[in-house]
Amino acid sequence: MIAELGHFALILSFCFAILLAFVPITGAWIGDRLWMRLSRPLAGAQFLMAIVAFAALTASFLRDDFSVRYVAGHSNSLLPWYYKFSAVWGGHEGSLLLWALILTGWTAAVAKFSKQLPLEMVARVLGVMGMISIGFMLFILMTSNPFLRYLPNSPQDGADLNPLLQDFGLIVHPPMLYMGYVGFSVAFAFAVAALMGGRLDAAWARWSRPWTTVAWAFLTLGIALGSWWAYYELGWGGWWFWDPVENASFMPWLAGTALIHSLAATEKRGVFKSWTVLLAIFAFSLSLLGTFLVRSGILTSVHAFAADPERGRFVLMMLGVVIGGSLLLYALRAPVVKSRIGFSETSREVFLLVNNIILVVAMLTVLIGTLAPLVAEWMDKEISVGAPYFNLMFSLLVPLLVIVMGVGMYSHWKDTKAAQLLGPVPMFLVISAVTSVVIPWMYGEIHLMAVIGVFIAVWLFAATLRDAWLKSASSQGRMRGWLRTSRSYKGMVLGHLGLAVTIVGATMVSQYTVERDVRLAPGQSVELSGFTFRFDEETQRRGPNFIGDRATVSILDSDGDVLHVLHPEKRRYQVSGNIMTEAGIDPGLFRDLYVSLGESLEDESWTMRVQYKPFVRWLWLGGVFMAWGGFLAVADRRYRIKLKRKLSTAEAMDSSDAQAQPRGDADALGGRQA
Amino acid sequence: MKRLFLFVPLLAFVAVVILFNQNMDNDPSKLELARKDQPVPTFKLGELYNPGRELTPADLKGEPMLLNVWATWCPSCRVEHPYLLKLAKEYNVPIIGLNYKDDRDAAKKWLETLQDPYRFVIFDQEGRLGLDLGVYGAPETYVIDAAGVIRYRHVGVVNEKVWRETLAPMLRNLKMANANAVEEPGS
Repeated sequence: MIAELGHFALILSFCFAILLAFVPITGAWIGDRLWMRLSRPLAGAQFLMAIVAFAALTASFLRDDFSVRYVAGHSNSLLPWYYKFSAVWGGHEGSLLLWALILTGWTAAVAKFSKQLPLEMVARVLGVMGMISIGFMLFILMTSNPFLRYLPNSPQDGADLNPLLQDFGLIVHPPMLYMGYVGFSVAFAFAVAALMGGRLDAAWARWSRPWTTVAWAFLTLGIALGSWWAYYELGWGGWWFWDPVENASFMPWLAGTALIHSLAATEKRGVFKSWTVLLAIFAFSLSLLGTFLVRSGILTSVHAFAADPERGRFVLMMLGVVIGGSLLLYALRAPVVKSRIGFSETSREVFLLVNNIILVVAMLTVLIGTLAPLVAEWMDKEISVGAPYFNLMFSLLVPLLVIVMGVGMYSHWKDTKAAQLLGPVPMFLVISAVTSVVIPWMYGEIHLMAVIGVFIAVWLFAATLRDAWLKSASSQGRMRGWLRTSRSYKGMVLGHLGLAVTIVGATMVSQYTVERDVRLAPGQSVELSGFTFRFDEETQRRGPNFIGDRATVSILDSDGDVLHVLHPEKRRYQVSGNIMTEAGIDPGLFRDLYVSLGESLEDESWTMRVQYKPFVRWLWLGGVFMAWGGFLAVADRRYRIKLKRKLSTAEAMDSSDAQAQPRGDADALGGRQA
Repeated sequence: MKRLFLFVPLLAFVAVVILFNQNMDNDPSKLELARKDQPVPTFKLGELYNPGRELTPADLKGEPMLLNVWATWCPSCRVEHPYLLKLAKEYNVPIIGLNYKDDRDAAKKWLETLQDPYRFVIFDQEGRLGLDLGVYGAPETYVIDAAGVIRYRHVGVVNEKVWRETLAPMLRNLKMANANAVEEPGS
């Protein structure tokens, strides 16, 4: 009964999506204000019904209703309740339902927080989001319905959730990632609405900017979580594999990063309008493409849990309509008139443009690498594109990006004096050069990649911190001055520091990881990077739905004191028969010690892999900083309601004026609050 | 004139869609196999543990078997490994490994750590045999009959479902055909 209720609610939500897609947009076209006003309640109703549908599926999981096919396939009565809950999005159908829930949620959020927008714009934006919603709900209802039942012969128990997914990281990873993917639909909807209305101006950029930043921050967290999960759960200590599905999340991130920067230029200076719109379309298109690549099974990967050509064809059709349609609209409507707003070669505009070019080249690099096997197959050739290609390209592009960042940070809009830009460069050069030799030297061997990585990270640290130092100068003291900088400025500083932190992590862990595969009997020990790993004993333990071999490994420092006791584990999940390794990790800010169990041998000894991974935490810490920076920027004063009201009246008065407005309030990229 | 440039993204996208559509007809786990029903391409490669032992297509004859393409750099291979072990140990399925574009020491370590389901492992560091076979990505599993002819290719992880629904029936049929073929001359 509950499942039927959910199914019904989903159909209702779909009906509201249809109304939402057509009524307000038609209203905007014929100028009917009542029809336009319907957009907000429709968006709310659509979200409400999606919540009911999602809650119904969740209830079916928690109540172990194995007559529901999807529940039987992804849960088991032995599963702890929190995994029953996360199993809702542990498979194809449920994760799509989560997608739809988040999409309707973003739509409702736009409806709620858009009081300052002209009604026409609201109608168009929500209408475009309704269209996307139609596509997704149709996809669920026609090819991937999670509410179908096994009747009359329903199974007694379920097939269990994939043990890889029985983990905290995987409870939160997909929702975060989807918040990001789907969040870009807002920027997309704003772009398409602006193209429809022919109103592509600074106001458009100002409205879509906070939405884009939030979506980007979620996506950043989602990617970082995925990488962290792979590190501790897959059992061999890797953190990024250039797997097609990882690439699928990385591409929208790169496009989104370019977008938040070009939106700044469009908002502040009214430049790069067509380019910004194109990026907004790209960011969401790449999110859809990511979904497509995972769902169609067109590329094989660890993540491809739902390979099905039928579904792939549907998503391809949807891609064709959504992306093709928006690009056609773009080709027909994007402004081609050269902007009259001038700027010199050393202006902030130019630096942001260079940033955008590098990021888009990086995005295309990933896209080409991901699609290359398809092209090759089509031409009947065999090539393989792997990690070496991506690593090479990124070790060229990232240093370029970061070097330009360090200088560009000191640029102003319109024009900057060369002396101002290049003044601090010698200082940065010296600091970076010294550190980039000293740190690798401390780790023993000086690798070229380590030198480059540390160099650019320190360069970025130095440039960002100096800028923050200058900006926080105040007659009332440094602290006061810092507190008086705008939140969007603090967000930017945090975001850029986050990137530097991630670069340190990626560099050090790739260059200075030490690992050994050893065979140890109880009581024996092995030494690695100054630590002694002693295998004390092995015990059996029973989990709720698995049996585990659990080893106790003590880590001793050079004085023989026990620093930490690890429990790497090997689990056999009873229902599916899968075997999983749980690594034992002693985390630290500057190094992780990592032990994973291999096989048990006859004489009670085990094969084990022990690893010393310097700075590995920094990878994800940097991601957290970046996301935090994004959230901070959105919490900026100018986005808060009161100010919005004021703006809305101003906006209403000059809504026909398509010129960029010079504005006096806080500047995200440049400084103090007004 | 300038507007024409704005069509570039659209055209690029159309090209990508056409590409996807081309590939869509190939169900990914049953990718078209250029070599279907043809003998295993000729090769002369060393064994993983024993580089001196020279392996040729002749080593893939005699009984129906599985040829599993794997590598230590392939995350999915780790996922399927326990199941291959089960097939080898419990059902006594003959599985030959093809270690593809890999590092010899890393591959040996992998098999020491995770146990070895393979009768022997062809060490294809350059990926030559893989190229000739048309390997799309690891893991892949080929069904080879007693005469050394490729009968089927599975792309992706071998699990209970794939085994029960596809590989097991196929191997059983090939085994029966082989038994008949052997009996025929005598009868």
